[in-house]
Amino acid sequence: MYKLSACCSMACGISLHPKMVLASLRIRKQGNGHRTNVPRNVNLEKLQNNYLFPEISKREVQHMDKYPNAKVISLGIGDTTEPIPEKISLSMANYARALSTADGYRGYGAEQGNQALRKAIAETFYKDVVIKDTEVFVSDGSQCDISRLQLLLGSKVTIAVQDPSFPAYIDSSVIIGQAGDFQDKTGKYQNIEYMPCGPQNNFFPDLATTPRTDIIFFCSPNNPTGHAATRKQLQQLVEFARDNGSIIIFDSAYAAYITDDSPKSIFEIPGAKEVAIEISSFSKFAGFTGVRLGWTVVPEELLFSSGFPVINDFNRIVCTCFNGASNIAQAGGLACLSSEGFQAIRSVIDYYKENANILVDTFASLGLNVYGGVNAPYVWVHFPGSKSWSVFSEILEKTHIITVPGSGFGPGGAEYIRISAFGQRDRIIEASWRLEKLFSKEKTLFNSVWNIE
Amino acid sequence: MSLMNSLSTSMISSSSSAFLAATSFNSRTHIVSVPVKGINVFKCVATPQEQRTAYKTKVSRNENIAKLQAGYLFPEVARRRAAHLLKYPNAQVISLGIGDTTEPIPDVITSAMAKRSHALSTLEGYSGYGAEQGEKALRAALNSVFYSDFGIEEDDLFVSDGAKCDISRLQVVFGSNVTMAVQDPSYPAYVDSSVIMGQTGQFQKDVEKYANIEYMRCTPENGFFPDLSTVARTDIIFFCSPNNPSGAAATREQLTRLVQFARENGSIIVYDSAYAMYMSEDNPRSIFEIPGAKEVAIETASFSKYAGFTGVRLGWTVVPKQLLFSDGFPVAKDFNRIVCTCFNGASNIAQAGGLACLSPEGLEAMQEVIGFYKENTKIIVETFNSLGFKVYGGKNAPYVWVHFPGRNSWDVFSEILEKTHIVTTPGTGFGPGGEGFIRVSAFGHRENVLEACRRFKQLYN
Repeated sequence: MYKLSACCSMACGISLHPKMVLASLRIRKQGNGHRTNVPRNVNLEKLQNNYLFPEISKREVQHMDKYPNAKVISLGIGDTTEPIPEKISLSMANYARALSTADGYRGYGAEQGNQALRKAIAETFYKDVVIKDTEVFVSDGSQCDISRLQLLLGSKVTIAVQDPSFPAYIDSSVIIGQAGDFQDKTGKYQNIEYMPCGPQNNFFPDLATTPRTDIIFFCSPNNPTGHAATRKQLQQLVEFARDNGSIIIFDSAYAAYITDDSPKSIFEIPGAKEVAIEISSFSKFAGFTGVRLGWTVVPEELLFSSGFPVINDFNRIVCTCFNGASNIAQAGGLACLSSEGFQAIRSVIDYYKENANILVDTFASLGLNVYGGVNAPYVWVHFPGSKSWSVFSEILEKTHIITVPGSGFGPGGAEYIRISAFGQRDRIIEASWRLEKLFSKEKTLFNSVWNIE
Repeated sequence: MSLMNSLSTSMISSSSSAFLAATSFNSRTHIVSVPVKGINVFKCVATPQEQRTAYKTKVSRNENIAKLQAGYLFPEVARRRAAHLLKYPNAQVISLGIGDTTEPIPDVITSAMAKRSHALSTLEGYSGYGAEQGEKALRAALNSVFYSDFGIEEDDLFVSDGAKCDISRLQVVFGSNVTMAVQDPSYPAYVDSSVIMGQTGQFQKDVEKYANIEYMRCTPENGFFPDLSTVARTDIIFFCSPNNPSGAAATREQLTRLVQFARENGSIIVYDSAYAMYMSEDNPRSIFEIPGAKEVAIETASFSKYAGFTGVRLGWTVVPKQLLFSDGFPVAKDFNRIVCTCFNGASNIAQAGGLACLSPEGLEAMQEVIGFYKENTKIIVETFNSLGFKVYGGKNAPYVWVHFPGRNSWDVFSEILEKTHIVTTPGTGFGPGGEGFIRVSAFGHRENVLEACRRFKQLYN
């Protein structure tokens, strides 16, 4: 029964049968609040809070309600802001229009992705390291791929994450049943290995003291710290994985932001194909945060302990739990990887990197310890002795700027604030100005505020 | 276009899952002979010699995935089709197997998607992350078009990239400690996702069922509605109407009994309404037409078969706020958490298309395309009827469920493929209850459907 304003081609009309009306009234009267007998998933019960970023959104909305005239600047959720280059959106528009033609119509695509796109990804990002197009699985983004990888791995594996890290690794691990209970005291879930990454260890875990886990999530350039692991560090990581028979899940979503010669792919490290999966995304690369496109590389050489290739099982997951990324998004992806498209995208990336420069300069000039911002669109600012949610609130209240409190990324982020460099230039400059005002004026006040809380 | 294969069915063992690498073959269409170019196949059956000495990690394979018997059904069918094409490179293969839409998407819908694409290149029109639950306007339109009389609210609706993905996300919500029931036969994603999630035991070859899943037999004898008095209680009940593959549409009376059954047992119905708009008769299109359903059911739906969005990827799931776990916790809250953590929203361009689908012009255009496929279905039904077959479905769904009593459905599939170059889907792919049946899908260009029917007549006359 559909509500149609001007269409008579539906076979049935809309009629609310008197019996139905009576029945629904009856139920309302009873107000029985029926409960099913289906137990809630205990793993979901373990989750401590909402996912981090909707929480940030919520605070933003609350703040805007409180100050309807405030000019809020969002440097919180890492959401791209600059328009997609025309060549790319034109490809998508053309592809969409072609779907209305007999020649251009396409139905189900291969779940693993459009062949031309898989090839283009392999050639653009993995040419020197010889990843085949058949090892590339196109997706609707890294957040989804992380969960699909967890479905692949199942509840009986153990994971290690950097601390701080992108919250989807931990949350998906809890959801799938790999983790134990959350411990308020430590701010950690049991059974997950947290590898601290901070200025004290050059943002690379001390592997000598890291216990073995089956899976190691590693993000470089890092969200939230912005640190890009060096070749030497990644060599150590690959060796560690190899010695322990572990699988690295390497998140290279921000590789395009690398300024120096840090490796852009884990597969640049010899031996990595036998120990690593790489996930990546068009989101921050091409402004596709809403368009939804990413990819995962699973080398054929990567084997489970039985010798069974991981790629076979990942393919099964992809075929059963997924149905391919949107064909229009994939057309856009292909355009991104054309030389013209790639060049246009580089301009946008450079724009965000300049934003990051401005923010880094701002904080550095205030005498704060600031990290990142060079190889990633995130600036990681240290407020020693502080509680990050308090700093977050203070900044929000006094400057109407949304950031992300470091503890949202794990206990290792406790004294830090993440500031994202996505935004229009004038906003970034305005934000910098407001932050300068706040921190220079209230320097002493700030210091005491942190210590109280 | 390159096609791949090289696997015969005997290669499919319980621990292998050979798959097609890199295929973008255009499966819709013109009857053409497809040249076979370079094949790039990755296959893994047993561990080859060289791999035994190759480095292995110490990570154990997920034993749940190891339980799966073979590849997912539809890539299997695709593989057979590709193998057939290799064998008969000049054959004019007609695909009535995988239910893939073939007709172009109406202009009103694609122009909206083109417009949104262009807008992404402008300052005013650019949008980044959308709400994971979907764009507000689309949620509102979906609610208004499909659920306006049933007390469903806009925020009960979650837009997705399709029903198949939603089914797995629902499984992630439910976790491994729930039991489920499926119709037998049923769309394979329910069973497969359940196995992957760890809800089931091993596959039992003698009965062709996974332990711990309740298979609710649906046959011509019971009007394709399970005898609920013989169905054991499970936490979750998957129910698809109009049904894939049988085409059966449950009556109001039947669904009322189903809701009652779920209510008494404290179960949750996951109601798959992906084919609701194909309904010809006066059966319920939404489970929420049944009083009390909001407290026992989730509904999942898709634009795939309505708007030809099989490649564009758009669907939705309704989780009413009245649906509670045994401890009183709203299921929607957990579903929302999964949507926010394991997903990041459907493509904004696809959503723009969805919104256009739900405009009066869009709805009318979709009705036309659906009508076209329904006419195909009618032709196929008439053909098999005229050949003396017992034919089911076809009235309320784009699938025709043909009975071949006493015959092995993969054999019939192979025979039809070999003798007429028509791809169908063997009934056992949908569960042991599908044995002796073939599913013929009605998506296709009219001339292909007519040609296929000619060939069926030739074969079976």
